[in-house]
Amino acid sequence: MSNGGRMVFASDIYSIWLREMLRYVRARSRLVTSLVTPLLWLIIFGSGFSSSLRFGGPSGTTNYINFLAPGILGMTVLFTAIFSGMSVMFDKEFGFLKEILVAPVSRTSIVLGKALGGTTQASIQALLILALSTFIGVKISGPLGIAAALGLILVTMIFIGMGFVGLGISIASRLDSIEGFQVVANLLVLPIFFLSGAFFPVTSLPEWMKVLVNINPLAYGVDALRFAVTGLHTYPLMLDLGVVLGFFVLMTILGSVLFRNVR
Amino acid sequence: MLNAIETRDLVKRFEDVEAVKGVSLEIKEGELFGLLGPNGAGKTTTISMLCTIQKPTSGSAKIYGHDVRKEPDTVRRLIGIVFQEPSLDDNLTGKENLDFHARLYKVPRKDINQRITQVLDLVELSDKANVIVKKYSGGMKRRLEIARGLLHHPKVLFLDEPTLGLDPQTRRHIWDYIEKLNKEKQITMILTTHYMDEADQLCDRIAIIDHGLVIALDTPQNLKEGMGGDVVTMKVSSGSQQLKTRLEKLDFVKSAQLVNGSLRLNVDHGETAIPAFMDVARQEGITVPSIGLREPTLEDIFIKYTGREIRAQEAEGSFASFHAPGRR
Repeated sequence: MSNGGRMVFASDIYSIWLREMLRYVRARSRLVTSLVTPLLWLIIFGSGFSSSLRFGGPSGTTNYINFLAPGILGMTVLFTAIFSGMSVMFDKEFGFLKEILVAPVSRTSIVLGKALGGTTQASIQALLILALSTFIGVKISGPLGIAAALGLILVTMIFIGMGFVGLGISIASRLDSIEGFQVVANLLVLPIFFLSGAFFPVTSLPEWMKVLVNINPLAYGVDALRFAVTGLHTYPLMLDLGVVLGFFVLMTILGSVLFRNVR
Repeated sequence: MLNAIETRDLVKRFEDVEAVKGVSLEIKEGELFGLLGPNGAGKTTTISMLCTIQKPTSGSAKIYGHDVRKEPDTVRRLIGIVFQEPSLDDNLTGKENLDFHARLYKVPRKDINQRITQVLDLVELSDKANVIVKKYSGGMKRRLEIARGLLHHPKVLFLDEPTLGLDPQTRRHIWDYIEKLNKEKQITMILTTHYMDEADQLCDRIAIIDHGLVIALDTPQNLKEGMGGDVVTMKVSSGSQQLKTRLEKLDFVKSAQLVNGSLRLNVDHGETAIPAFMDVARQEGITVPSIGLREPTLEDIFIKYTGREIRAQEAEGSFASFHAPGRR
């Protein structure tokens, strides 16, 4: 179907975003379950290893729970974002996508609206995790000060959120069944998560693993988040932000292009 | 005057099938126009092209002079669509569904609430405005979709099988809304259906479509009168083919068809034809357990043009679509 050179309007993006948020608010049970898993990781792994280990990299060390917390934030954003691509699948399945596709709205506006919706949800969830984690001993102790650290956390989350929703929408655009989407998304999510440095420092890994970590955009996101929380980092901050920004732009373009062919 | 809809030799070819084989239509402003035909006849494909959902393979289609291929955005603002399959967000309230639609169609912010109230009143759903759509009945969902189709004040409203799967009472209700909208708001409406009574009751003009072609086009009245005379139906225990061959030769028999084992004969005057038919049957030694006389219906016209009963097609069609959803 032709896009007819349609313009991207902020009002269209806002309308699409608003609907995603209304649906999110309606599904309160989903919000609760999506908080439980990351908190369990953090409490059990974090407290378990904290008792005996100190972690870090070339720039210093910290206790494990502080080391793990940024990784869990990254995980929360990754999972919520990719699976929000599922909303495209649901819209297809229940026929609502037709209503959106015949409206005089550009495909790019639809993709941006959905990506912003998924990112907002991912950020809300990650910020809730961060707030709750302070009760189990996680401290923002980096060199930036609380306000700047929170700013950096938010910016990083938005970039990786937009990137992974874009990836989710790209997958959803190419698939016809919800089951298929789940299979593909799960196949992608676990390696991305495990190889992001969320659990362990990536400086002294075997070469083959290092390569995989270095091409993983989430590794840079987690690195920036870890810098904000603990002051520790593997890559320069500007490289971190550059990579996640590039990932966001690339995935948004990919999502828009693939979504154009959706019927 | 400018036609509301004009198509010329509209063709849609999919990889292996030609779903629409050259449809030319002129539909006037304010008309309630019906596309009648069995499932798979090409009705939905024709509508999809008019609604800019599918691109024509060849030929042209214009809505108020705007080409669907060259000006899809202008066309979309001129039309409202009620899809065959449900297309509401079940997790939002009726009002939220309408609000979303109004925003996407750029209804001025200050008018949105007033228009939502108006269209909800029209379909009598005002008291359900803030109820989640999941809790609506099938008929209520359809009404909400009709209301949504009207929200941006379209000049043409497309209704694709608007009463499919609804109970008879709800169907009547939906008919009332459609008639009211057409008469009061002067909205041009294109409606597809495979229900004969629906087309007969509602439409100003009807195009009968079969295998991607318009095979008849007129008012329901003219179609029926054009067929002329009466329809005699004879139940025959055996030898129906033999009897058909004999009766066809009578000069007052305009046409004869065998439908589900009974004979359907179109004649000028039923009253005089029946005794003649009985004589022939007796000569041939064929018993006729029952014989009936009535005025022609659209069903008879459909049979006359296609040689088949639409209901038999319908059963066949829904069986096919059960195995291959999304083909339509």
